[in-house]
Amino acid sequence: MHGIPRKALTEEEQGASSLKSAKLRDLQSQVLHFHHNKIYTEEAIEISAKLLESNPEHYTGWNYRKLAVQYRLDRRSEDGVDSESIQSILDEELRVVENALKKNFKSYGAWHHRKWVLSKGHSSTDRELRLLSKFQKLDSRNFHAWNYRRFITALKKIPDEEELQYTTDMIYDNFSNYSAWHNRSVLLSNLMEKGGKQYDKENVLGEEYEFVRNALFTDPDDQSGWFYHLWLLDQTLKQEPVFLSSWPPNGSNLYLSLDGRLKGQQSLPILHFQSKARKFPLVLYFSEAVEGVSSSTVTVEYQDGDSLLWTPLSANNFGFSQAWLTYLKFPDEVPSSEALPVKVTIAHFPGITSSKGMPCSQSCHISFSVCVTSDDQEHSEVQSSHRISWKEENFKARATQSLEANLLHSFSKLEITKENKPSTPKWSMEIISTEIAHCRELLSSTNCKIGKLTLARLLMAHKTLISYGIPDDGTEVHYEDILALYQDLMKMDPAHICYYEDGYTLVLLKQLTSNIESLLKHCDRYQESSSPSTNPYLCVRLNGLSLSRIGSTEHLLWVQMLDLSHNELRSIEGLETLQLLSCLKLSHNRLCSFTSLEPLKKLKYLEVLDISHNEIGAHSIDTRRYLCSSPLTHAVGGDWYFQKFVDGDVKLNNHWDAYLLFKDLNLVQLEMIGNAVGDERFKAFLLKLMPELKWLDGEKCR
Amino acid sequence: MEHLRLNGAYWGLTTLDVLGKLGAVDQDKVVSWIMQCQHESGGFGGNIGHDPHVLYTLSAIQVLALFDKIDVLDVEKVANYIASLQNEDGSFAGDIWGEVDTRFSYIAICSLALLHRLDKINVEKAVNYIVSCKNSDGGFGCTPGAESHAGQIFCCVGALAITGSLHHVDKDLLGWWLCERQVKSGGLNGRPEKLPDVENGGISDRPDDAVDVFHTYFGVAGLSLLEYPGLKAIDPAYALPVDVVNRIFLGK
Repeated sequence: MHGIPRKALTEEEQGASSLKSAKLRDLQSQVLHFHHNKIYTEEAIEISAKLLESNPEHYTGWNYRKLAVQYRLDRRSEDGVDSESIQSILDEELRVVENALKKNFKSYGAWHHRKWVLSKGHSSTDRELRLLSKFQKLDSRNFHAWNYRRFITALKKIPDEEELQYTTDMIYDNFSNYSAWHNRSVLLSNLMEKGGKQYDKENVLGEEYEFVRNALFTDPDDQSGWFYHLWLLDQTLKQEPVFLSSWPPNGSNLYLSLDGRLKGQQSLPILHFQSKARKFPLVLYFSEAVEGVSSSTVTVEYQDGDSLLWTPLSANNFGFSQAWLTYLKFPDEVPSSEALPVKVTIAHFPGITSSKGMPCSQSCHISFSVCVTSDDQEHSEVQSSHRISWKEENFKARATQSLEANLLHSFSKLEITKENKPSTPKWSMEIISTEIAHCRELLSSTNCKIGKLTLARLLMAHKTLISYGIPDDGTEVHYEDILALYQDLMKMDPAHICYYEDGYTLVLLKQLTSNIESLLKHCDRYQESSSPSTNPYLCVRLNGLSLSRIGSTEHLLWVQMLDLSHNELRSIEGLETLQLLSCLKLSHNRLCSFTSLEPLKKLKYLEVLDISHNEIGAHSIDTRRYLCSSPLTHAVGGDWYFQKFVDGDVKLNNHWDAYLLFKDLNLVQLEMIGNAVGDERFKAFLLKLMPELKWLDGEKCR
Repeated sequence: MEHLRLNGAYWGLTTLDVLGKLGAVDQDKVVSWIMQCQHESGGFGGNIGHDPHVLYTLSAIQVLALFDKIDVLDVEKVANYIASLQNEDGSFAGDIWGEVDTRFSYIAICSLALLHRLDKINVEKAVNYIVSCKNSDGGFGCTPGAESHAGQIFCCVGALAITGSLHHVDKDLLGWWLCERQVKSGGLNGRPEKLPDVENGGISDRPDDAVDVFHTYFGVAGLSLLEYPGLKAIDPAYALPVDVVNRIFLGK
């Protein structure tokens, strides 16, 4: 119980306490009696005041008083309106509320009653502000008071500028006033949105950075200023969403086939796509989650230009996503003598908007071409009957001068013409650089964790702005420095190590994919030695890097074979964008549940999956249960035939999550040994769910 | 706090279930008392004779769910009471007196989901209102513009989870803010620079303060989520044991 010490009461204290309780119970039963019988005499109302002033939590009492007020007001208006009387009735309520608040200034019932009274009019703004001042002096963090303040300023139409000054005063009084800083951010958001020269974004942000700097330098360990700084950073970096990359990549020539046979010089697997269904994916990747990608905002000039259906590649199937997918049909003419060009124009304005409400106003184009290899006559046995062993000896590094290297190099050049450069203003780069300098200065004299984290965020922001085409201003920013900051943070603040591991991972992946040389170090050609006639893969190997999450997938849309084994992955969010994935190794990670594998449901071409040696089934709590579509999140439609499938086998009832996952996968090979699930009954369950499955834990299963 | 008894019933009984001891309770007695708390409007009051409010309506539904006795309710009536409290902007009032708070959004969504009647409200608007209460630190307040507070965050995130809308949450940012609530003693405060509520022994809000059922419930639930051995798993969105939630949504 808040504020009540834990100690045995003396006999005397016990006696006094039970007397008090008896009195209280008596008051309560009286008030309920009046309430049920609609008794609104002066004495009855006075008794309710006694109750509420000693027990403001008695919500029915407040309801009774509201009805009493209404009754008295109605009676007055029958007898003839007398404004002073109305005033006195309402003032009495305000007095009771004030007394109740003295007992407990956090009582929801009391504050709401006051709002209800105020909504009847006849109130004095000054009086309310004075009351607020009193409470906020007692406790400047009382969020009830701050909420009531917002209520009053809205009701009395007090201008935002005045309230802004109030927050300035509160902050000067005490820098550590999170509530005041928060309120300030809300007011400034409104003022900047309303526009006007005085509240021009650049000016406001410049002043606010200076204002908060005082707080940060005075007490670097206080969180209030730093969170405000984070809000300022957010405002500074807010910009339009930008188109980043695609598959097929801009400028590429794609070889399509029905059965996977490659011919001669077309033997580069990353340019080859096979599908019996005669269609291939087109993926567009944006800088942040957007909505509105459709055939009216994206035009594809190809063959007879059917209306295309675009779907968001987000885990929850919701309207916003960074990556969007559609399918194009193979060229009608087979074999095609020439490559067929495809031109994609993205972002006809208006239409595509980010989840923060910023529209994508600049359009850009990508072009690539496709042709079909003519192998229909020699329809040989499809290569999917061999097993991928992932043996180390099957991997061979690729040289920097190899064909694949050249291809990757061309993939990474996204030709955005000059007029398609993003519209981020120059001042945002200036601000970021200034803040980097100040942050470094602060950290030279104090070892403050939030300061370090802020510096890491600033340095990443700097790098991001450059990648969007803002000219470099000479500030030195290296990925190594950012990685070192995160490593420091992991040592300084081990309680939050997972957060810093995630930050570290994202920076590492950005560094790794930032240029072709570093990416190539992680690309090996994979050839299954036991079946040399099958096509080789170009496998991206990101194993053993302590990765805790997925990132930088905009550079990996072309990947068909991916090794993420021996990492610290608890989540694979982001993998759903890698539409070409056919072989995926996730063994020796920290995956705790089938629900964490939800992103795989979007990978239509995934055939080989290794999730062995994880922690599936080893935890009593599934922390990802609400991050996937299921009946629990009201995101599963009519295809929930789980009960029929399980067919009364109670032991399988707990495997609803496995059902949801595997029913949508078309796996040929699965490894899951080394998890806490997987007895014979479960394996039989899986075989029933996946009729295409040929290999389970290394053994042929059909 | 006699009038909050229905809440107390929920806290106490859920704690018992997580500890595996719900069988010790006289189920019929509890159910019959709960039904006496129901008002003619369909909503439940905190105790017999008290006015209806969504706070107690959810507790009633949750306790009945523990006992697998939701069918004693006139589900339509209760669902209609709750649905009638949704405003134009998607927000929810707590009762006919109109107090609006995201706590009530969570309560409405959780209640109706447990009753399989979510279609009685405008879920999209409800979600949009909750999102409008999102702050730049990743947290949520009780109304738009209100400061982030751990209690409100639980309600908003819970409501978004139940409606499959967690993509609106900046998980990393909010996760960090919530982790920051942990202070040196190991306890957790509700907002920056406030005092922590510490789970300790018989469970009070902090060491040396008196124990009560409210904090005992949260302490045990916290331990369950941390996979403390010997405790049943608790579902973080519906705040009921996982087996109860699974039974309701994944079928018997």
